[in-house]
Amino acid sequence: MKLQKKIANSDKRGVSRRDFLVGSAAGLGLVMGYGALPVGGGVKEAMAAGSFSPNIWFSMDDAGITTVNIVKAEMGQHVGTAIAQSLADELEVPWENIRLNFPDVAPQWGLFITGGSWSINWTFAAMSQAGAAGRIVLMEQAVKNWGVPVAELRADQGMIYHDKSNRKVSYGDLVKGGIISRSFNKAQLEAITLKAPKDRKIIGKSVANLDIPSKTNGSIKYGIDTFVDGMVYGAPRTPPVRYGATVKKVDDSAAKKVAGYQGHVVLEDPTKMVTGWIVALADSYPAALKAAEALEVDYDLGPNAKVSSESIMKEAEEMIKAGEGGRTFVDDGDVKKGMAEATTKFTAEYTTSLNLHMPLEPMNATVWEEDDIWHVTTGNQFQTVLAGVLPIVLGVDPSAIVIKQVALGGGFGRRLEADYVVVAALAAKGAKKPVKMIYDRAADTQFDYPRSQVLQSLKAGIKDGKLDSMTHDAVCTWATSRLAPAFLADAPEGKIDYFAINGADFWYSVPNHRVRVAKSKQGDAAAPAGNLRSVAPGYTFFAVESFMDELAHELKIDPLAFRMSMLDAAGKQAGSAPMSVGGAKRLAGVLKAATDKAEWGKKMAEGSGMGLSISSAQERATPTWTACVVEVDVNKTSGDYKVKKMTIAIDVGTAVNPDAVKAQVEGSALWGLSIATKEEAIMEDGAIQQTNFDTYDVLRMEDVPEMEIIVLSPGEYPVGCGEPGVTVVAPAIANAIFNATGVRVRHLPMTPEAIKEALTG
Amino acid sequence: MVKLTINGKDLNVDVPDDTPLLWVIREHLQMTGTKFGCGAGLCGACTVHIDGEATRTCITDVSDAAGTKITTIEGLDENGMHPLQKAWIAEQVPQCGYCQSGQIMTAASFLEENKNPSDEDIVEAMTGNICRCMSYIRIKKAVRRAADEMKA
Repeated sequence: MKLQKKIANSDKRGVSRRDFLVGSAAGLGLVMGYGALPVGGGVKEAMAAGSFSPNIWFSMDDAGITTVNIVKAEMGQHVGTAIAQSLADELEVPWENIRLNFPDVAPQWGLFITGGSWSINWTFAAMSQAGAAGRIVLMEQAVKNWGVPVAELRADQGMIYHDKSNRKVSYGDLVKGGIISRSFNKAQLEAITLKAPKDRKIIGKSVANLDIPSKTNGSIKYGIDTFVDGMVYGAPRTPPVRYGATVKKVDDSAAKKVAGYQGHVVLEDPTKMVTGWIVALADSYPAALKAAEALEVDYDLGPNAKVSSESIMKEAEEMIKAGEGGRTFVDDGDVKKGMAEATTKFTAEYTTSLNLHMPLEPMNATVWEEDDIWHVTTGNQFQTVLAGVLPIVLGVDPSAIVIKQVALGGGFGRRLEADYVVVAALAAKGAKKPVKMIYDRAADTQFDYPRSQVLQSLKAGIKDGKLDSMTHDAVCTWATSRLAPAFLADAPEGKIDYFAINGADFWYSVPNHRVRVAKSKQGDAAAPAGNLRSVAPGYTFFAVESFMDELAHELKIDPLAFRMSMLDAAGKQAGSAPMSVGGAKRLAGVLKAATDKAEWGKKMAEGSGMGLSISSAQERATPTWTACVVEVDVNKTSGDYKVKKMTIAIDVGTAVNPDAVKAQVEGSALWGLSIATKEEAIMEDGAIQQTNFDTYDVLRMEDVPEMEIIVLSPGEYPVGCGEPGVTVVAPAIANAIFNATGVRVRHLPMTPEAIKEALTG
Repeated sequence: MVKLTINGKDLNVDVPDDTPLLWVIREHLQMTGTKFGCGAGLCGACTVHIDGEATRTCITDVSDAAGTKITTIEGLDENGMHPLQKAWIAEQVPQCGYCQSGQIMTAASFLEENKNPSDEDIVEAMTGNICRCMSYIRIKKAVRRAADEMKA
């Protein structure tokens, strides 16, 4: 409950609406950031009192070197580089003078989360304003020395010039001279005119990502690379079911024969994140693994030992049939009336399987106590949850915990969770020694928080040859009610998890449209879902975009023309400034760009087909306009198919670093391809059956098709780019398979067996 | 006691013979560029060179590496400027970066054997290494770039 309150109280975007403060600090030079001024005091007093605790800040030393503090996890998106670019452009600091710092987690930062394709979208305005304010302060300082109007100055690449008198001064020299404290309130910040897109020098430039060299020579440090004096290694002994087991008895007589064994800890987790876990300790990781395996354990398997993927889906079907548990997400027009007046109706159901994150760096954390302070080193995406949970787990005050940021060997949403840090903390507390705890790959696989199995039932009512009414009902597990209940929203029927259904609120003009989502009970209990790269749009667009294609074929209209006719940007689909300005028109724009490039409608060989899809992931309020065309070859005898080419057009508003955006689109589209064609986990007897990359098949280089990526950067407000690429791929493939063969696949992953069965059945 | 030669240095390590070489390198010797991914030879994150050959250390007993010449990512080039490392930067390959030591070590041994690879050869050599960020397009381009540079 405490945690819930904490999240609710923190500013949603992790960007405080407090003042922007500037002041000199011993040893740091000039410090700038958003912070609170003490009552009746100024910046100097705030710094002296230690109450200048900014949540976005940077410092500049007397050589002009500017260090930007990054409170986002670096997990492959090069977020530090892009955030620093947003700042450096307005600050007019030369790019080579930029340094990044990833500081320890502190509560004053507000919400600390990296996910949702939010990072740049949430920080861009604040960083741009901060940079501009910093530049103004430096200019004002120059004015003090020169006695000329600020308006006559210009800043460029770390220098301030007064052209009239042919004078110049470097930022470093101004910092050296000491700068008087200055603050800007919100109104003053917002009154600063920011650069027009055409005047930008660093934003929109593909500068080399600052983290990359260290990722080519082995020098970058991830959580797993942590070493602490006196530490022991912890390896988990996991229970036979994903959730709900308890340990009845442990016999470690065999483990005692393992050289280096140092005992074990049966975890009693007050947060109930992990149940039935034991951590074996040893002086090396291989010994800890051996000891964990050698433990003889008696379990009570708990209530979920009979749950399977099949039973989860069966329950979902019954819930849809009974209309049970649905919470309304969209309710436009009158679907009841619309459906009653429809001349033709069409129904289809789409299902997706359990999908796993499987980042290549297994879950791990190192935890130790020193001088009454608990230190935690781990790669994590949601430190606000960590900082809330760890005091409960360790039984100490939040101020007695320091969480150190390190690079993440893959996030994809897996590291939004705190479970592995809780495991390490409980082990360290039990061992009374520093513990470096690493999940082995089987634990990482079987105790993932998977993407939920989802059942989606879509119905269309056609009137006058047009899509007039549509209902969309989904049953799935809600990650938010477990992970961050403060993020649940209100529906007429009760609480709703928007993150479980985002994307179903599409940008097509359909007069009567209703979307509901219900929470899977069995899934929630036995296979607690997490957020997997692209979250709900990873399955909602599969259903919507497959369905639109089915309807187009049903109505004998070209799928491209059918979509375009509904992307009229009328009414609520017009969008609003700044995030979704242009609305459905921009979606039509990327659809045109992708289909033109892919030569939509060109003649395809027998057994080949083209398919398209569009998406406005991640959220309706911050849509990234994305379109995809794929080409597939299908063997009509075996059902084997190959995705030959993917063409993707994406409008991100402003690409802060175009090449980094492209890299994200490449990676996310291939992630989408992997999920669409290969990845599937299955639950039996309450346990995920897959244990490693042999049984959980992921995309490899040999599976990569030809790719064409068009990044549009029209100068609008930047939106995210890490996930939307995932969402367009599966439906485009399903639609292409249909065009190649005339059969429709409505389940992910799309297997050759399913295609073969559809072709012969 | 097992005697190892890693990146030109002779080292004696006191570990059981059946300890996977991976854990000796990255935990015992704290050369952490070599990564643990799957523990079963399925992903390639732990790849080093043993007598020049790309080898998965998570399934190699330390005793089997005694008397061989081991090269890790840290020893591939003393300045970190092997043509592959330069190509990795030029093509901005790494995302999270965790798999990249293994990718580079696999590619380095491959390019020693095949100086004139076709695109198909590159895919065949590299497809055993998983990149979960899916930086495959750029890995392929970077191997091509390095191959061209090494040829020239």
